[in-house]
Amino acid sequence: MPDIFGIPPQALFGQLLLGLINGAFYAQLSLGLAIIFGLLNIINFTHGAQYMMGAFVAWMLLNWLGLGYWWALLVAPVVVGAFGILIERTMLRHLYKLDHLYGLLLTFGIALIVQGLFRDQFGSTGLPYRIPAELRGGTDLGFMFMPNYRGWVVVVSLVVCFGTWFVIEKTKLGSYLRAATENPALVQSFGVNVPRMVMLTYGFGVGLAAFTGVLAAPIYQVSPLMGADIIIVVFAVVVIGGMGSILGSILTGFGLGIVEGLTKVFYPEASSTVIFVVMVIVLLIKPAGLFGRAR
Amino acid sequence: MAEAMLAVDDLHAWYGESHILHGVKFNIAKGEVVTLLGRNGAGKTTTMKSIMGIVANRKGSIAFEGTETIGLASHKIARLGLAFCPEERGIFASLDVKENLMLPPQVAPGGLGIDTIFELFPNLRERLSSQGTKLSGGEQQMLAIGRILRTGAKLLLLDEPTEGLAPVIVQQIGATIRRLKKDGFTILLVEQNFRFAATVADRHYVMEHGHVVDEFANSDLDANMDKLHEYLGV
Ligand SMILES: Nc1ncnc2c1ncn2[C@@H]1O[C@H](COP(=O)(O)OP(=O)(O)OP(=O)(O)O)[C@@H](O)[C@H]1O
Ligand SMILES: [Mg+2]
Repeated sequence: MPDIFGIPPQALFGQLLLGLINGAFYAQLSLGLAIIFGLLNIINFTHGAQYMMGAFVAWMLLNWLGLGYWWALLVAPVVVGAFGILIERTMLRHLYKLDHLYGLLLTFGIALIVQGLFRDQFGSTGLPYRIPAELRGGTDLGFMFMPNYRGWVVVVSLVVCFGTWFVIEKTKLGSYLRAATENPALVQSFGVNVPRMVMLTYGFGVGLAAFTGVLAAPIYQVSPLMGADIIIVVFAVVVIGGMGSILGSILTGFGLGIVEGLTKVFYPEASSTVIFVVMVIVLLIKPAGLFGRAR
Repeated sequence: MAEAMLAVDDLHAWYGESHILHGVKFNIAKGEVVTLLGRNGAGKTTTMKSIMGIVANRKGSIAFEGTETIGLASHKIARLGLAFCPEERGIFASLDVKENLMLPPQVAPGGLGIDTIFELFPNLRERLSSQGTKLSGGEQQMLAIGRILRTGAKLLLLDEPTEGLAPVIVQQIGATIRRLKKDGFTILLVEQNFRFAATVADRHYVMEHGHVVDEFANSDLDANMDKLHEYLGV
């Protein structure tokens, strides 16, 4: 196959796929942040740590209990989501009426503690997590060779993201969530148990972060700082997409992953900063973000 | 008077540090339409929100069909069979008209069917897929009332349903309230417009500075007109 803009196609598509995978992680993480922010009015800085915990729960299940990847996809979100619900019940719920800053400080503090505890236990070098046997190897697509696990991650993420979008925008349950995001007191006065809905929503958002962590474990290594590294980029994604927009977070997440991948091909020096450059440009032109409504 | 459906006694309520209600007392019998009249800031909305538990910082007694609700969370109060239509209407912008209409969950059997609601408010049927807040003020009010008729709640709290609406729509809402009374609903109505209130209500309470200061039967309204003008400052 001929080169494209002077780049061998295998390299171009390889980077595109890598970008798409990063984008899938960005999309799932910023989606969780958007849902949590919408209903709880909390900027969940613990999100990165909860993603990391998901990966660690997968590692512990495998190495301590002999339970593999498929179990981890199920168990890690439940365990880490339950941890989130505990935080919501005991701490976050006292902050909903206060300024965003309080929630941000609390969740940031929790993230530091959690990361510190994991670093203390496991050190800061990454621990390997093997791709499950069913997804090893790759497929020749003609224009590129695609590792099966990477294809799986992209497909699963798309299903999870758009499934979540569908539930929120198109179902009865979602209409409770949207309404409570606008006016929780009124929705509760109709007989809906809004405090429970808030708790479960936080648990879901946190569980989604943990699920993403399990997906990421075989691609990156499992390390206490993996969440701190990715969350900075995810917050830039959230700012670009517009805080609180569901579809905005999904599209921006995937889109920016691809932009990052392409930058790696054409101008590798900028690949780690391109998202922040985009953020600055978007903020200058549209301060509420690409999909955000001015509040 | 028959056993009260709603009995409010010595109700106090606070927003933060400010003490707004100072021992409100009134009651409503089953099937009655009762209004709370009073000037701006008298505490009418706060009284309704305290009954619904939306203002949670409250003391005293609110008994609904014999059940004390003062310690209950808002959603539990609603499930006893009360429903609230707020002054600002509370139509959700991220929901279309149909979703707004279907939002409040059923709390008891015997709510109005959707066809009956369309019969009362034919405009809504035409606008089902519009965004909730794209409706006119009158249509939003119809939606705000319509959605709480489905739920089976038997006591409706309507906070200034005619505020800012054209006379023809005020008449339509008046007719609706009379019809709902005939269907067996009990209604607590907050009104500034006592001429409108007189066309629908059985009794009136007057509020001032967080107290109920007077009470009239609708049939005695004319005899008390001077006092009422003074209370309402009109
Ligand atoms: N959220 C709030 N925080 C603090 N004070 C409030 C709040 N809402 C109302 N108040 C105060 O409580 C008092 C009673 O207000 P309320 O809304 O109950 O009056 P109202 O009788 O419904 O008046 P209106 O006819 O203007 O609707 C007023 O002095 C008002 O300023
Ligand atoms: Mg009021």
